[in-house]
Amino acid sequence: MFDVVIIGAGVIGCAIARELSRYQLSLVVLDQASDVCEGTSKANSGIVHAGYDAIPGTNKAHYNVRGNPLVYQWAQELAVPCKNNTSLVLAFSESDLPRIDALIARGQQNGVRGLSRISREEVQRREPQVNPAVAGALLAETGGIVSPYGLTIALAEHAAVNGVEFRLECQVLSLSHHPAGSPETSHFSIRTSQGLIQARAVVNAAGVFADSLHNLLSEDKLTITARRGEYYMLDKRIGAQFNATLFQLPTDKGKGILVTPTVEQTLILGPTSDTIPDKTDTRTTAAKLEEILATAVLTWPGLRKDSFITSFAGLRAHLAEGDFRIGRAPDVPGYYLAAGIESPGLTAAPAIAIDLAEQIAADFDLVLKQDFLVPPPPLPDFSLHLLADPDHLAQLAAEIARDPAMGRMVCRCEHVTEAQIRAAIHRPVGARTLDGIKRRTRANMGRCQGGFCTPRILEILAEELACDITELTKAGGQSQIVTGQLEVKA
Amino acid sequence: MSALQVALEKVSLVIVGGGPAGLAAALEAQRQGLPDILLIERDMQLGGILNQCIHTGFGLHYFGAELSGPEYADRFSTAVTAAGITCLLDTHVLEITPDRILTILSPQGIRKIAAGAIILAMGCRERPRGALGIPGTRCAGILTAGMAQKLLNLQGLMPGRSVVILGSGDIGLIMARRLTLEGAQVEAVVELMPYSSGLTRNVVQCLQDYEIPLLLSHTVVETHGRERLTGVTIAPVHPQSQKPDLEQSRFIACDTLLLSVGLIPENELSLGAGVRLDPATRGPRVDQSLATSQPGIFACGNVLHVHDLVDDVSLEAEQAARSAVAFLKQVPRPAPQEEGNRYRRSDPVPAIAPGSSTGQAPTLPVLAGPGIRSVVPQLVRRDLAPETIRLAFRPARVYRSASICLSDDHGQLVLKSQRRILTPGEEARLEIPASHWPDPVTSHWQLSIEV
Repeated sequence: MFDVVIIGAGVIGCAIARELSRYQLSLVVLDQASDVCEGTSKANSGIVHAGYDAIPGTNKAHYNVRGNPLVYQWAQELAVPCKNNTSLVLAFSESDLPRIDALIARGQQNGVRGLSRISREEVQRREPQVNPAVAGALLAETGGIVSPYGLTIALAEHAAVNGVEFRLECQVLSLSHHPAGSPETSHFSIRTSQGLIQARAVVNAAGVFADSLHNLLSEDKLTITARRGEYYMLDKRIGAQFNATLFQLPTDKGKGILVTPTVEQTLILGPTSDTIPDKTDTRTTAAKLEEILATAVLTWPGLRKDSFITSFAGLRAHLAEGDFRIGRAPDVPGYYLAAGIESPGLTAAPAIAIDLAEQIAADFDLVLKQDFLVPPPPLPDFSLHLLADPDHLAQLAAEIARDPAMGRMVCRCEHVTEAQIRAAIHRPVGARTLDGIKRRTRANMGRCQGGFCTPRILEILAEELACDITELTKAGGQSQIVTGQLEVKA
Repeated sequence: MSALQVALEKVSLVIVGGGPAGLAAALEAQRQGLPDILLIERDMQLGGILNQCIHTGFGLHYFGAELSGPEYADRFSTAVTAAGITCLLDTHVLEITPDRILTILSPQGIRKIAAGAIILAMGCRERPRGALGIPGTRCAGILTAGMAQKLLNLQGLMPGRSVVILGSGDIGLIMARRLTLEGAQVEAVVELMPYSSGLTRNVVQCLQDYEIPLLLSHTVVETHGRERLTGVTIAPVHPQSQKPDLEQSRFIACDTLLLSVGLIPENELSLGAGVRLDPATRGPRVDQSLATSQPGIFACGNVLHVHDLVDDVSLEAEQAARSAVAFLKQVPRPAPQEEGNRYRRSDPVPAIAPGSSTGQAPTLPVLAGPGIRSVVPQLVRRDLAPETIRLAFRPARVYRSASICLSDDHGQLVLKSQRRILTPGEEARLEIPASHWPDPVTSHWQLSIEV
């Protein structure tokens, strides 16, 4: 019997797990995917939203504004790439300027600090690449960017060193509540692809699938639709030409197509927003990729196709009511949910996790641990811009002296060495797949998209996992990278 | 922790890359009498991409023998080893500064080397799927032809059982045959252009001989499959606009999509060194001595422009080596900075070598005119001793019975050469004899194709 089961190992599930791991309890996180951060959390804009966009009084507004400073704080504690690069919302005509003012007013109502309207000249001074036809912009000083998979994985690692168990490729088949006379005997039974799990409390952080889980337990039925967002990613040389995250004025479908540098200095364009029937359908489409270009060019007239390195798509869990559903389910004691987590869910994650953990701790009289451990140290960073720092260089030299494989470059585009890849496999909740290596080290994410380094990474994975290369997958299931050994002919 | 104190080591010539270009450059520099040469290779062995090219067809021009890639590489690497040239294997160049200081990384640690001259010989990489923006799923089973070649030839792994190849570059054609020989079913080679981008001999020997269909003016419009690829949708494209005609699209079931859609010279280090690139070749802009815009930095092989034949790479590399040695003889042994000094990112980039004192522009641009996609060298230096200049160029499309015309800034014809066929898939050459050396008033040359 576990004290708590969290279903879903995205940023919300991992954040709640990390917050709960501060207490004395037994906790397991389940996910049907082969790794943590395989759903919505891996494919989004990676924005630390300021909070001017959400409607006042909603959960989105509340958790966004509270979450914003926490993301920066958590990222620093966990050594996750994060930058307070500011956000701009661009108006392209004088007649749109009142809408900028309305956003500022809404933001102030939400309690957002550091909002102001800036002139065309100021926009151009800050962002020389922006369309000179810009009429003015909202400047959100607290806006930022964060590595969404970096944050999720770091939270999972920190939870794991504090005793949280992660069961991956573990699909929930059914879920039932066994109420009892007292909270001590009340519990849940979760039948999974890896057997029966019993727990005193269940947290539903299952993203686009949270509704079907929820509806197994609660009479208050939920419907979540999946909204797909498609993106383009551009080379670092281009990303370095931008500073702030550049929004256009929001539409009823969301915050529109943005142009933003990432923490790794690539540039992303997107997302589109389309309701799709299949909650696993993350393909990109010709029409939507065209739409991104047609819209983004308004922000950035210099947009050219020759620096694209990839396109991708992610799904957002959209509840019909348009807001997050957070907290205790009134009709099922011991069941907690974080549902409908779409934008600004990444920014909101820390505040959501803190609230839920506090609720669970209060309901079950949990006691804080005396020996809560600090996060594991981050992998050494060979990023070029850090090499100019002699102290950093000295640190790397010391690492290489300890382990010569730290000096053997495997991924030339993103500067990832053999020892880093080996370490990514052996870290808590370590990498088991090619995509797992990618999100922990960035090997495979650069401009050659794994063309050079993949064969070597496969060898390292096979060595460290003591398996055959033919068993290795891109992301679990039947996603084998190669189809077999070469047959030796007689 | 105290700052890393790295002694600045000094070497006359550093060659970055131990593939065919770097090996030939090292040997030639040594033949020219240069004593201290350092060749840096990131792999565990010399030879570069040749090591995975186990097919034959290498060396016909250079050695007059038909060799496999490893055999061709072996002739050079054996000679380099025998000549006692210092080779650092398993070593990655992190950075080259404009004043020719290299930061290198290996399991032995981090070193800084001040080079009198540098030859860039880093080769090229394959254009990935993302650069094309092919819509669909991002599942396993989509990989570049070169990666498939490495998996198959060096690791003994089958990349797939049923294969569609997008792009008819030479590696794709070679892999079509290779996979067929290993029992895979190659369903089709799909080429966006109305002509193959590979060598004609490869189309014949790798596709036609194995009855593999080559679908010209077609492209992949969607990839299918959640975990592993289950198929691709292909469609014909309009020959001019290259827009796919989705009405005529069809599904081909396959578990693997190989991409052979172009090679990109790997110039990240060159850019860091302040070397100017040519957007057409994506390699450095060079003069006929293969000098880049940065004094003392030379380039050769596929980092300069993508070659069809390795034999041409070797010859070009030897030219770069002779130029680098001449550069080293002409200037006193350079000491760009005092021992222990570090180059800082904020330091100004040294200016490009100014013109000669006569006031005459020392370089004459060679422009890619009508019908020409790219040309190397992009500049001719008038102050060098007149000798035959070899222009390597790619036409923008297929031409039959056409003339290559070199004209000056007044439209006066300098040289004309008749060709039966010109195709973008085969790099063409034009030799300009020393007798046609540009006169001092000519401001540029233009290369063009006339039908």
